[in-house]
Amino acid sequence: MRKVSGLSRFNIASLTLGLAFLYLPILILVIYSFNASRLVTVWGGWSLRWYHEFFNDRAMIEAAWMSLKVALASATMATLFGTLAAVALSRGERFVGRTLFSGMLYAPLVMPEVITGLSLLLLFVALNAERGFWTVTIAHTTLTMCFVAVVVQSRLGSLDRSLEEAAMDLGCNPVRAFVAVTLPLIAPSIVAGWMLAFTLSLDDLVIASFTTGPGSATLPIRIYSEVRLGVKPEINAICTLVIGLIAVVIVVASLASKLSSEQGESAAPL
Amino acid sequence: MAEKLLTTDAELGAAGEAAHPAAGQPLLRIEGVAKTFGAFRAVDGVSLDIGAGEFFALLGPSGCGKTTLLRMLAGFEAPDEGRILLGGKDIAQALPHERPINMMFQNYALFPHLSVSDNIAFGLKRAGMARADIARRVAEMVALVNLEGLEKRKPDQLSGGQRQRVALARALARRPQLLLLDEPLAALDKKLRESTQGELMELQRRLGMTFIIVTHDQEEAMTMASRIGVMKAGKLAQVASPRELYEAPRSRWIAEFVGDINLFDGESKLRDGHRLIIGTRDAGSLVVAEPREPVGGGKLSVAIRPEKVKLSRRGPVGEAGRETAINLLDGVIADICYLGGTTTYKVKLDTGGMVQASVANSARLDVDAYSVNQHVVAWFAPDDCVLLTS
Repeated sequence: MRKVSGLSRFNIASLTLGLAFLYLPILILVIYSFNASRLVTVWGGWSLRWYHEFFNDRAMIEAAWMSLKVALASATMATLFGTLAAVALSRGERFVGRTLFSGMLYAPLVMPEVITGLSLLLLFVALNAERGFWTVTIAHTTLTMCFVAVVVQSRLGSLDRSLEEAAMDLGCNPVRAFVAVTLPLIAPSIVAGWMLAFTLSLDDLVIASFTTGPGSATLPIRIYSEVRLGVKPEINAICTLVIGLIAVVIVVASLASKLSSEQGESAAPL
Repeated sequence: MAEKLLTTDAELGAAGEAAHPAAGQPLLRIEGVAKTFGAFRAVDGVSLDIGAGEFFALLGPSGCGKTTLLRMLAGFEAPDEGRILLGGKDIAQALPHERPINMMFQNYALFPHLSVSDNIAFGLKRAGMARADIARRVAEMVALVNLEGLEKRKPDQLSGGQRQRVALARALARRPQLLLLDEPLAALDKKLRESTQGELMELQRRLGMTFIIVTHDQEEAMTMASRIGVMKAGKLAQVASPRELYEAPRSRWIAEFVGDINLFDGESKLRDGHRLIIGTRDAGSLVVAEPREPVGGGKLSVAIRPEKVKLSRRGPVGEAGRETAINLLDGVIADICYLGGTTTYKVKLDTGGMVQASVANSARLDVDAYSVNQHVVAWFAPDDCVLLTS
């Protein structure tokens, strides 16, 4: 720390406090996941007992698998639709109701999740749809699509329109120009949007609990119902695994976007 | 004397005519093209012929419609009215990729994710050229614009001048019938701009290609183009060779837009053989040669370029001086602006007006220079004046 010049004591103190506030709880959770004791608050030595317990807990494993499937499917769908919406908003001709469309697209950003969840529940009931994997996936797609659209649209907005014009001038039709020039350049933001959608879906409790059905609980729902009966150290182990997964995904994504900006040569599907 | 004046004017016109495309069909014919954005008429009925091998410049202030016209040629905008014929075929509604025309963009629009050679090869790959042919053509283009050794670089690893060359090579690679250049030198500094002007002209001559350049810089247009179209408010104000544009501008606006000029508003007109005597408020009576075309009824101005105004302490000197110096104006030096190669003197005339004279600094020592408040005579020949209507 001393080597970093220009940091006053106040800076160091506020930095330490801030980081501690953000990461100490997570660190404690991770450490206690290796606790041998049955009691969450009492340290009983190191052990992998609760991880073992989790991998033998069929209901929990099923919930985790369910969450993963929902997150993968909904993030992929949200990325597809969100990117299309962003392209329509920033590249398409000015169509009637454009402002209304962009307003409606971004509404889920500020809409309380309870309302989104409840309205989707009412819709599924009215349609007499069997609630389960697909209803949660659709609900999560609705929730996360706007985040993808925001991320992709900001990148599209900063992109020079004359790049597409140059591609057309050099013999591409408008679709080809988009695929050959625009898509490689917005790819990092599409990846970032997918990641955002994936993590949002993975940790969503409210909307999932409205739209899921019996026998297809997601991991947050499962954890929440367990915790109501008292916190088991097994929960700590699950949470540690989730944190690990998210950390890996984030590192991979940032490496990928760095790579694509450094040498995105192969990114152009010509 | 008057005879001589007339032939001079006619020669000037003939020189302009000679720069026109040869007889037969022009490469590009623009017929009554118009484009409206909302209530704004960006291009308002432009008709123009451009011959194969010409270096044509569209010149005008910003917002005059020159870029819109260029974008219609490239296919990024469709004209609301009129036809654009390339080699006799109407391409007004064709999409950009369907035209044998390429464009060099003002900001170059290089693909940031592709290397120099991939940028140049982009249009060739789209044209379905064989891999070996592409490699050969790219190497040829790289050599043409002197970019050897930089093929693997990305655009952000290049200097402004190098980027400009890549953009040029990319636009030329497909060997278009027509190359459009949108302010191609605007982003370069002055020295680089001047050397690049020369290279562009040399390249155009060597390839025998037709270039249309859009610029707001009249010096750039004059230097490079064989013919210039001056645009104002969506219309072509004059199409002429650089010399004709400078020496025989068609209107007061063009005269002021292209280079510096002294203008004296006329109040009365008298005929004296082949000359006209114009009474002006600011400079008294001025004698000018009668223009080729009859002067319209509008308000008249006498225009004289600063370098054609001579200064002396006591009036015209020498044989030639006495013969041609009919317009003699007394005044005092009001302001001196030393520009290196020339010095511009502002002379306050006794009759009330101001006249600018540009004098070449042909000697290193300033023994002949004038000083402020010194009395001088400014004089110029009738055949150096242009009579303009506003």
